[in-house]
Amino acid sequence: MKQNATFFDEMLATPGDVRDPYKVYFDWFENEDLKRLRRKSEDAEAFFRRIGITFNVYGQDEADERLIPFDIVPRIIAAREWAKLERGIEQRVRAINAFLYDIYHGQEILRAGRIPRELISGNEAFCPEMIGVNPPGGVYTHICGVDLVRTGEDDFFVLEDNVRTPSGVSYMLENRETMLQMFPELFTQLKVRPVSAYPQRLRRSLSDSAPASSPNDKPVVAVLTPGIHNSAYFEHAFLADQMGAELVESHDLQIVDGHVAMRTTQGYQIIDVLYRRVDDAYLDPLTFNPDSMLGVPGIMDVYRAGNITLANAPGTGIADDKALYSYLPDIIEFYTGEQAILKNVPTWRCSEPDALAHVLANLKDLVVKEVHGSGGYGMLVGPAASKKELAAFEKKLRAKPSNYIAQPTLSLSTVPILSKAGLAPRHVDLRPFVLVSPNKVEITPGGLTRVALKKGSLVVNSSQGGGTKDTWVLGD
Amino acid sequence: MKLTIQHQTTYDYEEPVHYALQKLRLIPRTGHGQTVLNWQTEISGGEKQLTFDDLFVNHTELVKVTPGATRIEITSIGEVEVENLNGVIGKHAGFAPLWLFENPTPLTAAGNNIRKLAASVRNATEDHDDIVRLHHLSQEILSLVTYETGQTDSTTTAEVALTAGHGVCQDHSHIMIAAARLLGYPARYISGYLFMDGQDQQDATHAWCEVWTKGLGWVGFDVSNGISPDARYVRVATGRDYTDAAPILGIRHGNGTENLHVSLQVQQ
Repeated sequence: MKQNATFFDEMLATPGDVRDPYKVYFDWFENEDLKRLRRKSEDAEAFFRRIGITFNVYGQDEADERLIPFDIVPRIIAAREWAKLERGIEQRVRAINAFLYDIYHGQEILRAGRIPRELISGNEAFCPEMIGVNPPGGVYTHICGVDLVRTGEDDFFVLEDNVRTPSGVSYMLENRETMLQMFPELFTQLKVRPVSAYPQRLRRSLSDSAPASSPNDKPVVAVLTPGIHNSAYFEHAFLADQMGAELVESHDLQIVDGHVAMRTTQGYQIIDVLYRRVDDAYLDPLTFNPDSMLGVPGIMDVYRAGNITLANAPGTGIADDKALYSYLPDIIEFYTGEQAILKNVPTWRCSEPDALAHVLANLKDLVVKEVHGSGGYGMLVGPAASKKELAAFEKKLRAKPSNYIAQPTLSLSTVPILSKAGLAPRHVDLRPFVLVSPNKVEITPGGLTRVALKKGSLVVNSSQGGGTKDTWVLGD
Repeated sequence: MKLTIQHQTTYDYEEPVHYALQKLRLIPRTGHGQTVLNWQTEISGGEKQLTFDDLFVNHTELVKVTPGATRIEITSIGEVEVENLNGVIGKHAGFAPLWLFENPTPLTAAGNNIRKLAASVRNATEDHDDIVRLHHLSQEILSLVTYETGQTDSTTTAEVALTAGHGVCQDHSHIMIAAARLLGYPARYISGYLFMDGQDQQDATHAWCEVWTKGLGWVGFDVSNGISPDARYVRVATGRDYTDAAPILGIRHGNGTENLHVSLQVQQ
């Protein structure tokens, strides 16, 4: 395997020098027959096809549904490494919830001048309808998917805090399921912490977040999906099934006795917690977009009156907005009194003239992102862009600087994939999944490792040709 | 001044209703110079689902139309004692930060004509205080936009109404709000009742606006009548524009048309 000296490889720190967490796996791999592994890799793909994990790619007419490629080489994280990540993520998520409560109530952080008011007042992600709302248990982000990247032995950075409706957890679960089927012997040799309890934990975490007053004996949880045409429909159906919750769509729901209720064969059943995978703007046509056919009219009124829990709360986007991202270390300090455990990626806010000048002068070395974009759309990866693409992007940037932030091209760590020639390093990121309930913050040991399958590529998004790996967190 | 109000809104549906909701902002609050002595809302053809305060601290009710009904009648009856504050409501309070009233909304987004209006008012009142400037703005709007019913509806934007040159109290308020925000003042929409001497029977509720100034806080302006509100005005709901403060906002699944009838008496 050829080692690229400029990137940190998580398996081989230097050529021939296998890092501790990978030692057992590497020995096993060395003794494996490549042909057998390739066959396994094909089996894995067939397995995914059979269970039906597919992903709609926006902007691709031909293939409506596509399989996200899966690589059979696991990404392995040592117990000690994970412990630090866990602390850092918990700190961050607690701060984000405190920030959301504050920004929709007293706005102390604005009064204190720690973040500029314009960042909130002029921000489309700020949801005025959440002002004065008290979410049951004070939880805003029941489910988060914090995107992390690594550049060195001890260098982890938070790339994005996904606190709206992060997706991908079904891949974390299915990837593990697949690996257990393919390579049971590895799991006897290595103490890999399980992830399979996630659906039960999600269910419990959501139930614990139910409104205090409910006509139901036990909290009733349902999953609201926009429907079968949504790119993550599989995940919605999968999670509902795994949790033992109903999967509902707009037309199944009505306001009944001041609550949101779903139609069942025995009449209407009041819902206590709605895990909604419908975006804020479509959630309530009586409050937001009046043309929405995907939402529940009046649900925001039921919510404000305290009769339902929405997971996640509307308006959480203000916390993971890219314009706000660079203030996260200040936000953490303001609400926890502590320094951020996990680092932010250095970020230039193009709304600031000095920063814009720097970005324009160094465009070819930077990654530029739309403030409100997601999924890798509308972003420029300077080093990979052609002169023409750079010029076109410069135009957009000059026209509306406040719409962009820029970051250095990070030397993302690599983990090998199984290529035709054997192991070959590819860049990865990591999205651990976090559950927040009034009682606790729980982080599933593992997460979704996304891998840029194209040699040299730094874009791991599945919509841009990325694949996934199983993520193993080792026990002590 | 003690005012007696009876306000009835009737929706007649061409076909029996399958599912429909009405959001009501019809209950005045005590405060800012008005005391609600008694107030009742009766619904026939629907059931109250929720009562809560919205983000502008408007008393709000959510009503479900009885499935199968062809008519819903919403009747408010009450008495309010009002004192004359010369339009001065005073300091900002409530959940919503003052800056929320600085941002344009779809109904109050400024186009060329509102920008022109704001610029001319700015120039004409350069050496004057806020209140003089805002009264001047109010008069300008009234002279440019004739009060005329039936020409605009609840979806007409401020810019469209100003360009058309006619409209009702809602349009006057939206234009004033849009221009005031351009001039740097937070501004909000008020829906409520107005006692009109000699005109007991009215066919619509009233609307005006309030503009925030450093000196006086919130001050009311009734563009349509060219004055600041006095003891004849009952404030009911506020918001960034009509949509936030609408007395009744509904959504209905199903076919057929609906007919709206409003009967309103405001008496001394």
